[in-house]
Amino acid sequence: MNSLIPLLVAAPLAGAALLLLGGRALDRFGHWLATGLAALSFGFGLVLFSDLLGRDAEHRTVTTRLFSWVPVNGFQADVSFRLDQLSMTFVLLITGVGTLIHLYSVGYMAYDERRRRFFAYLNLFLAAMLLLVVADNYLLLYFGWEGVGLASYLLIGFWQHKPSAATAAKKAFIVNRVGDLGLSIAIMLMFAEFGSFAFGPVFGGASGASEGKLTAIGLMLLLAACGKSAQVPLQSWLGDAMEGPTPVSALIHAATMVTAGVYLIIRSSAIFDLAPDAQTAVVVVGAVTLLFGAVVGCAKDDIKKALAGSTMSQIGYMVMAAGLGPIGYAFAIMHLVTHGFFKAGLFLGAGSVMHGMNDEVDMRRYGGLRKYMPWTYRTFAVGYLAIIGVPPLSGFFSKDKIIEAAFAKGGTEGWILGLCALVGAAVTAFYMTRVMLLTFFGEKRWQPDAQGNAPHPHESPSTMTVPMVLLALGSACAGGIFAYHDAFLKWLEPVTGHSEGNPPFGSWTVSGLTTACMLAGVGVSYLMYGRSPVPVVPPVGSPLTRAARRDLLQDDFNHAVLVRPGSALTATLVFFDSRGLDGFVNGLAATIGGLSSRMRRVQNGFVRSYALSMFGGTLLLVASTLLVRSF
Amino acid sequence: MSATAVLAAAGGNTASIPAPHIEYGQLSPMLVVFGAAVAGVLVEAFVPRRLRHWTQVSLALVALIGAFVAVVVLAAQGHGSPRIDLLAMDSVALDGPALFLQGVILLVAVVAVLTYAERRLEPRAGGLPADAFAAQAAATPGGEQERAAVRAGFTTSEVFPLTMFAVGGMLLFPAANDLLTMFVALEVFSLPLYLLCALARRRRLLSQEAAVKYFLLGAFASAFFLFGTALLYGYAGSVKLGDIADVISGKAMTTAAQLSTTQSDALLLTGLAVLAVGLLFKVGAVPFHSWTPDVYQGAPTPVTGFMASATKVAAFGAFLRLFYVAFPGLRLDWRPVMWGVAILTMVVGAVLAVTQQDVKRLLAYSSIAHAGFILTGVIAVNKQGLSSVLFYLLAYSFVTLGAFAVVTLVRDSKGEATHLSSWAGLGRRSPLVAAVFALFLLAFAGIPLTSGFTGKFAVFQAAAAGGATPLVVVGVLSSAVAAFFYIRVIVLMFFSDPKPGGPTVAIPSAFTATAIGLGVLVTLVLGVLPQYFLDLASKASLFAY
Repeated sequence: MNSLIPLLVAAPLAGAALLLLGGRALDRFGHWLATGLAALSFGFGLVLFSDLLGRDAEHRTVTTRLFSWVPVNGFQADVSFRLDQLSMTFVLLITGVGTLIHLYSVGYMAYDERRRRFFAYLNLFLAAMLLLVVADNYLLLYFGWEGVGLASYLLIGFWQHKPSAATAAKKAFIVNRVGDLGLSIAIMLMFAEFGSFAFGPVFGGASGASEGKLTAIGLMLLLAACGKSAQVPLQSWLGDAMEGPTPVSALIHAATMVTAGVYLIIRSSAIFDLAPDAQTAVVVVGAVTLLFGAVVGCAKDDIKKALAGSTMSQIGYMVMAAGLGPIGYAFAIMHLVTHGFFKAGLFLGAGSVMHGMNDEVDMRRYGGLRKYMPWTYRTFAVGYLAIIGVPPLSGFFSKDKIIEAAFAKGGTEGWILGLCALVGAAVTAFYMTRVMLLTFFGEKRWQPDAQGNAPHPHESPSTMTVPMVLLALGSACAGGIFAYHDAFLKWLEPVTGHSEGNPPFGSWTVSGLTTACMLAGVGVSYLMYGRSPVPVVPPVGSPLTRAARRDLLQDDFNHAVLVRPGSALTATLVFFDSRGLDGFVNGLAATIGGLSSRMRRVQNGFVRSYALSMFGGTLLLVASTLLVRSF
Repeated sequence: MSATAVLAAAGGNTASIPAPHIEYGQLSPMLVVFGAAVAGVLVEAFVPRRLRHWTQVSLALVALIGAFVAVVVLAAQGHGSPRIDLLAMDSVALDGPALFLQGVILLVAVVAVLTYAERRLEPRAGGLPADAFAAQAAATPGGEQERAAVRAGFTTSEVFPLTMFAVGGMLLFPAANDLLTMFVALEVFSLPLYLLCALARRRRLLSQEAAVKYFLLGAFASAFFLFGTALLYGYAGSVKLGDIADVISGKAMTTAAQLSTTQSDALLLTGLAVLAVGLLFKVGAVPFHSWTPDVYQGAPTPVTGFMASATKVAAFGAFLRLFYVAFPGLRLDWRPVMWGVAILTMVVGAVLAVTQQDVKRLLAYSSIAHAGFILTGVIAVNKQGLSSVLFYLLAYSFVTLGAFAVVTLVRDSKGEATHLSSWAGLGRRSPLVAAVFALFLLAFAGIPLTSGFTGKFAVFQAAAAGGATPLVVVGVLSSAVAAFFYIRVIVLMFFSDPKPGGPTVAIPSAFTATAIGLGVLVTLVLGVLPQYFLDLASKASLFAY
């Protein structure tokens, strides 16, 4: 059974290689090949899952070593895999949602002339992401981490003819580099401290390490998580990443890759549990991002960017939960999975809308689409109800648990976090209702574009609607299944551990509060966007709205704090380089060149001069030989 | 047996001169090559013109490969290492360095003959394929007779026997165990080269001028060599290297030596210095280098490639034998002087190359700089120095041959386009040829993963171990200067726009392609997996005394 684990990764990897190297011969059926291999990987995942279920809860960690990767004395890195409840959950999410999105892309990318390449990149992403979650050491995890970064870069910039897409891809890549640097430093610190970066020795040795070192490692891991999961302060790339094709936004920038940071934190729980300061930092980052993303989501008129803000905010919930320690680990993962369903569904819905609307993304130019796209409307509505947390849909169970856990943290901290989470729930309800109303309700606001082509909204083909329906099913039911007798908690507990904390009030109270906040958000939104017609041209808005439209000035901040001093530093270095170093080097080169031209004149072509120089040389040689002896 | 003993024996019995004892089997590499050279002359006389080219090419290749097989067989039988013999009345040594260098020279000659045999680059003359050599050497350049010869499709297939004679001399040169044999070998390989230089098909005047210069200066240098031989004979009473070493170390005594010790060894030291001049001329060391650029430029490019590689191998072989066998006792005297020569050679070669505008002249100055690098290894006077020089010669000769072979491909209507400006943008039009040339340039510059790096590293390491660290510093600095002009050519080829109406890259026949391919192969193998060859050179580094 263990031998199936490498195959999980190998199937999509083979797909990527085949499609990239196979050439035009694969153009006709390459997309089906890629989808098939993703499904195959999902099949392997299911087999492994049933195998794990057949074991005792304590014996569900399976490791297998493929080969020695870096066999250096004292520095041993293996390609070895670990499959436990945590990575199993991810494997099923990645391959399951991944397969559905492959299927969706068959319809979505049907007319793209570089379709084969797109599917190759998707398969590459799957392989790297699976490697990330089944790796048994941090170095291999890092390999997968960089692999998903590469795939993300390639897919964001997939429509490279658009300068905005190329820029967005670069932005994502560069911001991620900052986070990746954190991960590499964390790995180095681990190696220095534990002499290894395999999970076993690191987690086993954590209790013997000083808290300061663990905090340092934890903070570096957090930095890595911030980069990959678009958390404040490394959040700026996610909005721009929406330049990629919508299936990419759904798979990579909503359901899977951006949750890798949460995985990293929870996987390293042994370190964070012993480094309370690092944990506090995690909680703060999560709470801030939760509100930050929600506020941004409220102001965006671009449907994908509104959803991107929402993603940021929902991952904020997960990171916050992960920072709560054993109280929250399981719930972070649970929310991660349910979010994977409903957010992927919402993005696919958005893609379907764009597909029918000539790639229009401005929600102010939608309106009343529910009649034209019934299936898109229905599935989107399920995703909407799930994300705002309407019982008994998925989001209700998972978000409710996180809010409960935040309060259970206890003390002032617990109250602050709990209130943040409640406010976040209200704002989530507000902006999602806004998206829903602007898109599917109200009157038609679409207009002919610059070329005079009026959109003819229509339902998407079945390759697109079927995945949406399946994801809607998941969004509706997953939460209930997970929460039934705490099934999910019991499944994950052997890996993550669990403790109840000290909740200040019962879980029904929390549920009531959450539902009240949600209803308030929906109500306000309805008053603002449902009752009165929506202007096609956005109103000026309050200063906060304007700031939120600009992503709360994140780019201005980065520009002022990082780009400008960086450019100034570079300019200074260039100045010293060109005046100082280059001056020296060029001077030296000029001296040698001048010497060369002067010496060339001796080479005048006359054999008599050559003979003379030989004769002179001989005299010199004889004289110096004699002279040496006389010393 | 010393010369006086022979005279005494002759005086005792006037009726019979004892026949010299010749070990034919162990001398077979040289005998095969010389035999083929003589046969080549007969081919010129008796084989019909149409068949001559192919007959000569096959004869030369078969003889060279046969001789190489003989070298390998000798080595496999244990000659060279561990068995060391003196052959032909002690005048020829059969030891590790001799066999190693003979093997290198033979391989180099095989590749050179391949480039000689190329007949697809030149436009056909008189309806017949033409090679790189003059239609009729004796005709006045540009004259009616020459035009007639071209129209008739004449070719100078004498180049093959001439080259074989030169190769024979080169095989003998590093193996010669006495100064007279060495001198004979020097002349045997030099005279054909003078002739070969004059045989370029294009730019006849330049070619003839190069040949005359080379001949005059070469004769001058040979005279020095002979003069040095005479002085040393006067000092030691023998021309055998071993005897000279014995006299210097005091094991044997002669009257002249006894006198010299009281008169500060002027005879010995002057002889040594003057002898060195003859060899330094052949390797192209400063200040005896001035012929190099003119001759390299004027000679037919295949000949230049052969000369630049094989002559250097043979001359450094003799140089090593002379200084490691005859004069190790004098190293305190000659090392400081050779230090100066090596430094001058490296610096002048590298600096002068910076402003060259012609590819062949550039490679000529580069060869001067490389002679300096090799000298640093020679100066080490230890086993490591010897083996590193052997390795360097192997590595350098194949890079050189390959580079000159590439030069023959880049052509315009006037023949080879050797001016650097016409190489601009070559990488855009002929990426493969430009990439191969870039590889050779990188090897010259000593960039890792090429043979040049391994060789340079080996000689500098040996020099440093031999206590010549300042020399190594100068060597590394001149390498840096040298890297400038090598990389300048790469930049020119790949990052400049091609000139309109610039040269084209001719498609060669399998001969040149094989020659270049072998150059690339050796360059990469010696750069990536050098250990076997380093071990071989190390195993071969013991001279016969």
